[in-house]
Amino acid sequence: MSAFFDILLTIGMWEAVLRIATPLIFGTLGVLLCERVGVLNLGIEGIMSFGAMAGWLAVYSGGDLWAGMLAAALAGLMFGLLHALMTVPLGLSQHVTGLGITLFASSLSYYIFRLAVPTSSSPPTVEPFRPLPVPWLSDIPYLGPTLFNQTAPTYLALVLVGMLAWLLYRTPLGLALRMTGENPHAADAQGIDPVRLRIGTIMVGSALMAMGGAFLTLAAFNSFFPTMVQGRGWICVALVVFASWRPGRALLGALLFAFFDAYQLRLQTVVDGVPYQLFLMLPYLLSILALIVMARRARVPHALMQPYRRGER
Amino acid sequence: MTRVLELDGITKRFGSVTANEDVSLHLDRGEILALLGENGAGKTTLMSILFGHYTADAGNVRIEGQLLPPGRPRAAIAAGIGMVHQHFALAPNLSVLDNVMTGTEPLWRLRSDRRAGRAKLLALSEKFGLKVDPDAMVSELSVGECQRLEILKALYNDARILILDEPTAVLTTQEAEGLFNTLRDMAAKGLSLVFISHKLHEVMSASHRVTVLRRGRVVAERRTADTSKEELAELMVGRKVERPSRTDTARGRVLLEGRDLKVGGKGGASLKGASFKVRAGETLGIIGVSGNGQTTLAGLVSGLYPPDSGALLVAGEAPRRHDVPGAIAAGIGRIPEDRNTEGAVAEMTTWENAVLERIWSPEFSSRGVVKRAAARAATEAIIRDYDVRGATVDGRIRLLSGGNMQKLILGRVLTADPSILVAAQPSRGLDEGAIAGVHARLLEARGRGAAVLLISEDLDEVIALSDRIQAIAGGKLSPAIPADRADARLLGLMMAGDWSAARAIAGEGEGEKHHAL
Repeated sequence: MSAFFDILLTIGMWEAVLRIATPLIFGTLGVLLCERVGVLNLGIEGIMSFGAMAGWLAVYSGGDLWAGMLAAALAGLMFGLLHALMTVPLGLSQHVTGLGITLFASSLSYYIFRLAVPTSSSPPTVEPFRPLPVPWLSDIPYLGPTLFNQTAPTYLALVLVGMLAWLLYRTPLGLALRMTGENPHAADAQGIDPVRLRIGTIMVGSALMAMGGAFLTLAAFNSFFPTMVQGRGWICVALVVFASWRPGRALLGALLFAFFDAYQLRLQTVVDGVPYQLFLMLPYLLSILALIVMARRARVPHALMQPYRRGER
Repeated sequence: MTRVLELDGITKRFGSVTANEDVSLHLDRGEILALLGENGAGKTTLMSILFGHYTADAGNVRIEGQLLPPGRPRAAIAAGIGMVHQHFALAPNLSVLDNVMTGTEPLWRLRSDRRAGRAKLLALSEKFGLKVDPDAMVSELSVGECQRLEILKALYNDARILILDEPTAVLTTQEAEGLFNTLRDMAAKGLSLVFISHKLHEVMSASHRVTVLRRGRVVAERRTADTSKEELAELMVGRKVERPSRTDTARGRVLLEGRDLKVGGKGGASLKGASFKVRAGETLGIIGVSGNGQTTLAGLVSGLYPPDSGALLVAGEAPRRHDVPGAIAAGIGRIPEDRNTEGAVAEMTTWENAVLERIWSPEFSSRGVVKRAAARAATEAIIRDYDVRGATVDGRIRLLSGGNMQKLILGRVLTADPSILVAAQPSRGLDEGAIAGVHARLLEARGRGAAVLLISEDLDEVIALSDRIQAIAGGKLSPAIPADRADARLLGLMMAGDWSAARAIAGEGEGEKHHAL
């Protein structure tokens, strides 16, 4: 029995939580931004995959790691623009468009990957982000090695949570974003163009998603393979609901899920005689439970999934 | 007087429809101008052009002599125009202060100055006597408070010209009076106002000058002091309109009776003990300020839910089932309060809407297959007999105006020849011509021997159509008074819950009856 608790006492376990959470944080913040202006972005799964590929390819062909992150972000902006053009000015179904982008971006990323590496059977690797201990803080027992011995993109994700919260709740732009997601007619009546604001926000949100994907190839692993996103995008969509569309709670949700994931991974080695697939299910099951509890109180942006056309209600 | 606003030769077409043709009007400082016209006369289009939501095909707008660039709401706001929309442009999940401050600061500022915003809002609230709580969620506000907030939003943007699009459409009589006091006060403080309306008494009581629009054109301009309700009605509709009045009918047995009905938690306000009787060939008017339980009463009689206690008797018997099919089977025709959400399915066709509630009857389907030909023929007949303009059998009902949608609902209900008719706020939001039509149909149903339960907050309507009147206040029904004893003052008292006078009058009636027996 004590083996269950021993896992919780290892530094590796907690260090893994933050690492596993990082792409989820990026992705969740991306989805959250899009939904805060009233647009569902189910393109996330594909955009993360494309971001993973773009980041890897940029580094593989000689760029440095941050150039890889930048390449992913740019790719995200482009896919965001595509999604935005279809859902905002054209007002197409956000579900269908998003799923279409996921299929398109996933396939395209594998296609480009194969163009770049036509023959190799084992995926070529890059030199990934190394842990970056924060001076002084990383020396704190337990807390130091877990919290302050992460890779740079993880710190960036954590900083982004704070920045996004500040943006949404403390700046005029954030208020305009929230208003657009609640009632675009009201925003328009106050002289804010909901169409432009939605397009811009979806682009930025998609860039965050792609950076989350790039974290997979540039920090968590060191190579690209086509199925590597593995539903993380969908988890992000659920986490946004769990988080009631608030950045702070999104961080909490991502950490919670990552905790379950890290824990089940270690349980597999401790418990004998139970098929490991059951453990793989665990984080998802627990997430559904958490969602049931939290989502009942969730406050959905009022205009989510409603296309805006001037003069029409 | 200084001219603050001038519209010159505005023309706007939507496809083949001309919404505004060569419209010119002006507004002076400190003036209240009423823009009067029926639904569809082009009032809202005109104001949307002024505010930059639409671009005019011809003509221009000048504000204090300066040409306003078309199609840019931001430019209109900067020029001092404030618009209070008919459908509130508010976000329910955000606070009052959030709603007011949106878009008022440079977007790229790193920090919103909430303190300054709050101070400015409170100062305006103080200056114009518009009370608000900056931290309240908009979803918690009453309709009247939302309206106040919309005005404050415009004032916060330093509006000097305020445009109100049918500001009283959703207000109770009392709230509307309060609003007009505010508007007069604002005009006295130097603001200039335009309010759009199709209600004659409002125009007469609140404006300095009236411009009348009909079919997109200006047909007349009058100083309010030099005109009358009658003249304006004729100018607006283009012909003389008279509301029909009630004639005596033979009354039969009691068809609908409520005995101490109580319902909690359904349809908004609770019903805390409602007793009433409606006879065949009789209209019982239920008057009351909205939110006092009348919606619950209408839902109860319509079969949406059973009473918690008390009895609802239909033709002297308690119905076996309290649900909508049961009510339809019992011959209860229903004109719902909110025609857009409960009366019609907006995206479905006219014929589908017309037959939906009787789709299982052998008339319209057999063995689970809809008889389209019969359904369409029945719909054609309704469109023709009830003069539903703009409707085609296969057109979506969403495209109809409120008045025409109401005509279709009336037609749907009355062709089934109901023995009991529940009409909840039947003329809400309709213009003068449409109201006259609705009233005629309700009187016709009564003439055919239906028991009509009329639920309304319009005093004139209730007095004109009802035989007897009860007021609803706090979920309870007052004693019934005969309509010919009713006047605005007495009904006002009854709506406020003071039933002593009503009780005395009702007592007389009882006395006479006993005498007669």
